[in-house]
Amino acid sequence: MKADVEFMATGEFLTAALTGEIDHHTAALLRSKIDEQIDRRLPQKLILDFSGVGFMDSSGIGLILGRSKRMQAAGGQVMVRGVSPQINRMLRLANIQAEQ
Amino acid sequence: MNSNKVKISFCSRSANEAFARGAVAAFVATMDPTVAELSDIKTAVSEAVTNCIVHAYRDTVGQIDLTAEIREDNKLILTITDKGVGIEDVERAMQPMYTTGSPEERAGLGFAVMKSFMDELKVRSKPGKGTRVTMTKYIRSR
Repeated sequence: MKADVEFMATGEFLTAALTGEIDHHTAALLRSKIDEQIDRRLPQKLILDFSGVGFMDSSGIGLILGRSKRMQAAGGQVMVRGVSPQINRMLRLANIQAEQ
Repeated sequence: MNSNKVKISFCSRSANEAFARGAVAAFVATMDPTVAELSDIKTAVSEAVTNCIVHAYRDTVGQIDLTAEIREDNKLILTITDKGVGIEDVERAMQPMYTTGSPEERAGLGFAVMKSFMDELKVRSKPGKGTRVTMTKYIRSR
């Protein structure tokens, strides 16, 4: 199973469009790819788009919270969008609000 | 539905997280679960197996045993067993957001997800001996 991420940067926004299955195994690669882009582009807002994600366990929550801490430390923020009802159930357990 | 049971053993490599949930999903398909039920089961398996890899066998590679049993009353029973470090305080480990892993990477939600996505969750553990997680899910007949 694979997961990947594609980036689109416009102004102060950096969108990370995630695809595939996010678990503890695949999250490591996604994390390093996203962090590299954050360091390079220094966005004010990081948008994590889960539209292309077919499966996610709580490793995805770790991915969101870790990126959120990183962005907040630099005065920025993370927005989460494109979540399926199943992923949204997981987000609610961690009190993470996704955009509609 | 006839009762049925499978047992698989695999080593605690993270690549096997996808294998484990995929294998259980294939086995459970005969119960004709909804997409949501199947997703719940896959997620719970992924959490339990990840716990074995990240916590039980933190500094080593060990064996994970997984059994999946279908009972006649549309009941699915999953057990995930390791012979790793065990858990000192199971009750504490089951608290949401509690983790002994890296807080940058682990949300501490593994047991909370298993509890929320399955109908029953039991955890038995002995420090130094290992941990057995038993999860039950009732597949609603359609």
